[in-house]
Amino acid sequence: MKTAVLVFPGSNCDHDAYHALKHVVGVDAEFVWHRQSTLSGYDAVVIPGGFTYGDYLRTGAMAKLSPVMDAVRGFAAAGGPVIGICNGFQILLEAGLLPGAMIVNDSLRFVCDYVHLRTETGRTPFTRGIPAGKVLKIPVAHYQGNYFADEKTLSALEAGGQVAFRYCEPSGEVTPSSNPNGSANHIAGICNGAGNVLGMMPHPERCAEEVLGSADGRLLFDAMVSWLEERGR
Amino acid sequence: MREIPVTPELAREHGLSGEEFGRIRSVLGRDPTFTELGIFSVMWSEHCSYKSSRVHLRKFPTKGPRVLQGPGENAGIVDIGGGLAVAFKMESHNHPSFIEPYQGAATGVGGILRDVFTMGARPIASLNSLRFGRPDHPKTRYLVSGVVSGIAGYGNCIGVPTVGGEIYFDECYDGNILVNVFTLGVVRHERIWRGTASGVGNPVVYVGSKTGRDGIHGATMASGEFDEKTDEKRPTVQVGDPFTEKLLLEACLELMRTDAIVGIQDMGAAGLTSSSFEMASRAGTGFVMDLDRVPQREEGMTPYELMLSESQERMLIVAKKGREDEVREIFEKWDLDVSVVGEVTGDGIGRIRWKGRAVAEIPVAALTDQAPLYDRPAARPATQDALQSLDPAALPAPSDLAETWVELMSGPEMADKRWVFRQYDHMIRTNTLVLPGSDAAVLRVKGTDKAVALSVDCNSRYCYLDPFVGGMIAVCESARNVACAGSEPVGLTDCLNFGNPEKPEIMWQFRSAIEGMAKACEALSVPVVSGNVSFYNETMGKGIYPTPAVAMVGLLENAARRVVQWFSSEGDIVLLAGADRLEVNLGGSLYLKEAHGKVAGTPPPVDLDHEKRLVAFLREAAGAELLASAHDLAEGGFACALAEACITRPDGATGARVANPYPDTVRPDFAMFSECQGAVLLSCTPGKRESLLSLARRFRITMMELGTVGGEHIDIEGVARVAACEMGKAWREGFAKALGLEG
Repeated sequence: MKTAVLVFPGSNCDHDAYHALKHVVGVDAEFVWHRQSTLSGYDAVVIPGGFTYGDYLRTGAMAKLSPVMDAVRGFAAAGGPVIGICNGFQILLEAGLLPGAMIVNDSLRFVCDYVHLRTETGRTPFTRGIPAGKVLKIPVAHYQGNYFADEKTLSALEAGGQVAFRYCEPSGEVTPSSNPNGSANHIAGICNGAGNVLGMMPHPERCAEEVLGSADGRLLFDAMVSWLEERGR
Repeated sequence: MREIPVTPELAREHGLSGEEFGRIRSVLGRDPTFTELGIFSVMWSEHCSYKSSRVHLRKFPTKGPRVLQGPGENAGIVDIGGGLAVAFKMESHNHPSFIEPYQGAATGVGGILRDVFTMGARPIASLNSLRFGRPDHPKTRYLVSGVVSGIAGYGNCIGVPTVGGEIYFDECYDGNILVNVFTLGVVRHERIWRGTASGVGNPVVYVGSKTGRDGIHGATMASGEFDEKTDEKRPTVQVGDPFTEKLLLEACLELMRTDAIVGIQDMGAAGLTSSSFEMASRAGTGFVMDLDRVPQREEGMTPYELMLSESQERMLIVAKKGREDEVREIFEKWDLDVSVVGEVTGDGIGRIRWKGRAVAEIPVAALTDQAPLYDRPAARPATQDALQSLDPAALPAPSDLAETWVELMSGPEMADKRWVFRQYDHMIRTNTLVLPGSDAAVLRVKGTDKAVALSVDCNSRYCYLDPFVGGMIAVCESARNVACAGSEPVGLTDCLNFGNPEKPEIMWQFRSAIEGMAKACEALSVPVVSGNVSFYNETMGKGIYPTPAVAMVGLLENAARRVVQWFSSEGDIVLLAGADRLEVNLGGSLYLKEAHGKVAGTPPPVDLDHEKRLVAFLREAAGAELLASAHDLAEGGFACALAEACITRPDGATGARVANPYPDTVRPDFAMFSECQGAVLLSCTPGKRESLLSLARRFRITMMELGTVGGEHIDIEGVARVAACEMGKAWREGFAKALGLEG
């Protein structure tokens, strides 16, 4: 079992994702440079957070043009598990692998803080086995994490069970004050129709060890490992 | 282009005195060219040459068994064992941040990051020390918002966490804000690189961003008046590009894993000039450089502009001859410019060529070793005695002590700085074990059991009232803060912010503060390994309070033994270590300033022998897992330290019921808010009480048992009592409220 951690110019959570996978969860991980055009040999793909190309255009708008993104498209189409975290989520949106867009936080400021997420679906490889309604304590760190989509798209996401995480209170109650950025429907993460591509703004790789204040993020990587194991990877 | 004639007037406009201009002519044996004049003016500027401060900076202890690199390099380096070391430095970006807060602060962060990674270290944490004018000054809110978002914009993008710092407000900073930024990186001993240009024949390689006209020293003067073609006025503040710096960071660290280079230095202040001449100076070599090979962002740049540009995100590398292609390959992978611009020579002369002709030929030593050095006159201000006089008995007692207590805790100085640090990514790189809000930030060092504790401190009111004692306190307090986290102070860096050194009163403040700091460093055996001086923080002849900010680095051998400042469990015992250090002293106190509108008196006295024992005791107590919390008494005295221990816990406030540590004969407001040096509020589980007391006896630390953690109220028995949740709410909301910011 081998995971790919993509590295674009400006990725900056690549080392953290690698550390969580390799040294905490104990699964093989390798950095994959954005100019590489194949992902053969890898069983899962992590698109880490950061500021690819400085976010100088739109978040993710440049990174989606990298050769490795064609490989990600093929990998995802074949059912391979892909998780995009923070800027990785933004790249997945720009690449059209997930619907919707990100706009600036409603506070107009960068926000770095622990938030709580309510798990909405266990259908992704990264939430498999995590019971719906389970509350996770995970940090966010972004300036443009305000998820936006038109009504039709939002309805389709809700109806299709594609909302993976919603911001909530520690109790699990979804309230406006628990939403750190103004996201539509309090969305923190969504998956594609098939369920194998997950994008989320919060950072599970930052809270995979109790010593950092929470180990809830590890649940997502553990889920990925069992999902792959079940498929003989 | 015609060469502009160099005259004494022109030299004066470049900030060079008549005597300095004479010195240039004598070391060259001729008149300098215009380009040479520019080079001398920046290299001999206060900022680059430390000409007014060097004689005093020598008083700092800079050596120690752990010191691998002291002052004089891009950053200091301290051994942390296991083949690892930490590289760190602090720098100011005061003037640019006042002119353009976002870019000024952002490029300050960019500069200090380069100083650290040029040594081969991967930056893992930044801190900052900020000073603004009074909260209701019309510019303060704009400056705070701009500086904070500038620091955030740069640090968050490059992916180095900003894990702590301090922020203060005072009228004396209305016209001169302070933006001091600190970065620490981790490096393996064998991967340490220095800024040296050794090996005759080795290529000099330029990497990073292209050179533009931004940040040219004296840009206003250079445009129009001297060159009719240059009619565009450029801002003197540089513009930061954190994305390019991220690429530069990764490319440099990748290059440093090879052995293709011999030296590297960032192009900071004075850009290409300082990096080339300083590297040659350290190696005792010379160099030739062809400016036509410098990657340029704009057309028609003159040699003067190329040499003086302070465009950001650039480095100068001396590679091994024949290994140029390896360097080129790595930088091209990261989409960065790379160009061989010259080579190292053995004649000790820096030769700059442009369009086939020599535009500057300067002996390297003339610029560096033979730079002017001043021992400027110093005199204690005549007003100092009046400043130090204070009659506490004449101060009216507050009608409601609880209300005053809440007001102090919710004022901008004490209030929760969450509005600030939520904008900083303080968790990236997953090392931050103690998040912002405790006495010190604690970061683990991955791959080891170790951690570093970081704190930056300076009480400038104390320094204003007595710079010598204030300097001692800045060192002692930062040492105490990292010791409260359970660590051993192993080294410090400083940023010395003062007014105009040509005034004897300012020079007296500077000299006294340094002597106080040096004395405390000697007593605590903490070396100063790097630092920065920022003079001329004056507007309309009015200087800031002397503000020597100290950033202390502590080492924990076992990260699991870290301690936080907040009470953790109901029923824990509250004790005061250093109870004999309690003073009835309002000099320079927060209470005196906020409740009585005065900055006067003398700062609390310091007992260095006690401080040394206290620091050792705290570390031992933490190492033996005896402590549940440790928080030193600082601004706001005992009452504010107690309130902080109760309400700063991230998962909600707790109460505590404690005895008043002062005798009943002391006026209650003085007991609550007197400030002292060397006292620490501790808590421990009842089971650890005896061991803790016996350890304290071993270190001759006087302990006083005060009460227990728990309950709804923060209660100083018989003096004042406030509901913990009420205090917590006022504290959390105070900062945004005081500044009129949206929460």
